Amino acid sequence: MTLEEKVIGIIMEQLDVTREECVPEASFIDDLGADSLDLVELIMAMEETFDVQIADSELQQIRSIKNVLDYLRNKGVTLHE
Amino acid sequence: MNNVVHSVPSDARSCVTGRQSNGTNKGDGLKRRVVITGLGAVTPLGNTVAETWEGICRGKSGAAPITRFDSTAFETKIAAEVKGFDPLRYLNKKELRRLDDFIIYALAAADMAMADADLIIGEERAERTGVIIGSGVGGLTTIEKEKVTLLQGGPRKMSPFTIPAILANLAGGHVSIRFGAKGPINCTVTACAAGTCAIGDAARLIADGYADIMIAGGTEAAVTPMCVAGFNAMRALSRRNDEPQKASRPFDRDRDGFLVSEGSGVVILEALSHALERGAKIQGELVGYGLTGDAFHMAAPPPGHEGAARAMKVALRDAGMDRTEIDYINAHGTSTLLNDACETDAIKTVFGEHATRLAVSSTKSMTGHMFGAAGAVEAIFCLKAISEGVLPPTINLDHPDSECDLDYVPHQARKKEIRTAMSNTFGFGGVNAVLIFRKWEG
Repeated sequence: MTLEEKVIGIIMEQLDVTREECVPEASFIDDLGADSLDLVELIMAMEETFDVQIADSELQQIRSIKNVLDYLRNKGVTLHE
Repeated sequence: MNNVVHSVPSDARSCVTGRQSNGTNKGDGLKRRVVITGLGAVTPLGNTVAETWEGICRGKSGAAPITRFDSTAFETKIAAEVKGFDPLRYLNKKELRRLDDFIIYALAAADMAMADADLIIGEERAERTGVIIGSGVGGLTTIEKEKVTLLQGGPRKMSPFTIPAILANLAGGHVSIRFGAKGPINCTVTACAAGTCAIGDAARLIADGYADIMIAGGTEAAVTPMCVAGFNAMRALSRRNDEPQKASRPFDRDRDGFLVSEGSGVVILEALSHALERGAKIQGELVGYGLTGDAFHMAAPPPGHEGAARAMKVALRDAGMDRTEIDYINAHGTSTLLNDACETDAIKTVFGEHATRLAVSSTKSMTGHMFGAAGAVEAIFCLKAISEGVLPPTINLDHPDSECDLDYVPHQARKKEIRTAMSNTFGFGGVNAVLIFRKWEG
């Protein structure tokens, strides 16, 4: 499983959206129906899954699926499997 | 205040607010009649009003061993749980994850009540439609679960949906969002009387002209370790673990406490003029509401249940009815030693000789005690009793207590023409709430 697939799997579960909706450019709030609380929960799930700590100051830059992937890659996250 | 009685309504006969005017009631003569046009419920007897009512008519018990948590270490291992309920009929997966069960039950009951009333709010009615859904505690399941998360994972593990899942008024909040109700929104948190207070207070908002439609009721989801252990500590629950279906036995000499239960009841209240105008199916009229305080003890009734007796009298006066007009009382009837004898006493005080002629029953013998939802579900039973001409039974009344000597409709439902029904609920904190419903005869 690639990092992208793993991230999209979490997003589909958390936001109750389909695989087709999860294009890299999809904005959580504008395209995937998330509100600010959904976003907090999503970030918590990412932290838990990839064992990272995302500071509140960094949250602003995480608005789309692509942002998440870029963020995780920058932090050197690779899949453990 | 420009919302108040914007026009003199055609049904300007007061009710639910003390019409027997001594001339002191401000605005008297403008009070509007209030009718019920929709019913919805999720109970341990069924996941609809029809299924629940069928259970009531058959004298079915909703009790069984607790499945929600491991009750091995608990003195009480039985409860009346909602069974086979599919929340995905009413919510999507995302909503389901963020809501506590007490909110989910209320949304389901409200959905059914709105469908039964054949009512779509839309923009035109939005500001004239309100919501009051009461609850005893709110999101107890979430409180218990998230406390564990906090202790084990630390503050950063706390879900952002914790607080909105706990607050008791969020059941009504979600109902208002779902149906677009922008009028008065409130939440009664009066323990076991919460559902009754919600309906009574909602009716007054309509009667006084603040709203035309109110979505009102109660909800509870408290089959949790803290709730069962807490009530066990008060010695309030039945411990008849080997015979769960016989545990709730109001007015019986061998009763030993109540049964924890859960679910929701919601009714649609409308100004009579509004209901007639849209050709709604009217299922009964709410004619009286009495609310009193004991000012005595946090959990025990005063001698003779004086506050409860007074609430019944206030409701009768509110309805402008003579006590001999009441055909049926749906009792609070919890199956505790103290309540059932005291309530019987209070009924005798209020009704005198008529107490032996009217029928009294406790549907808690079948549903268990739904706390904040009890009053709403029992209001629905009163309305069904009136519309179907059936007195709900008190099951398990094998050996009536010598202090309990009224006609409690033992064991089996009874066919009888019922014109008026009274619903009693009494809560911790010394709150006594009583509603009176009357048959709608056009």
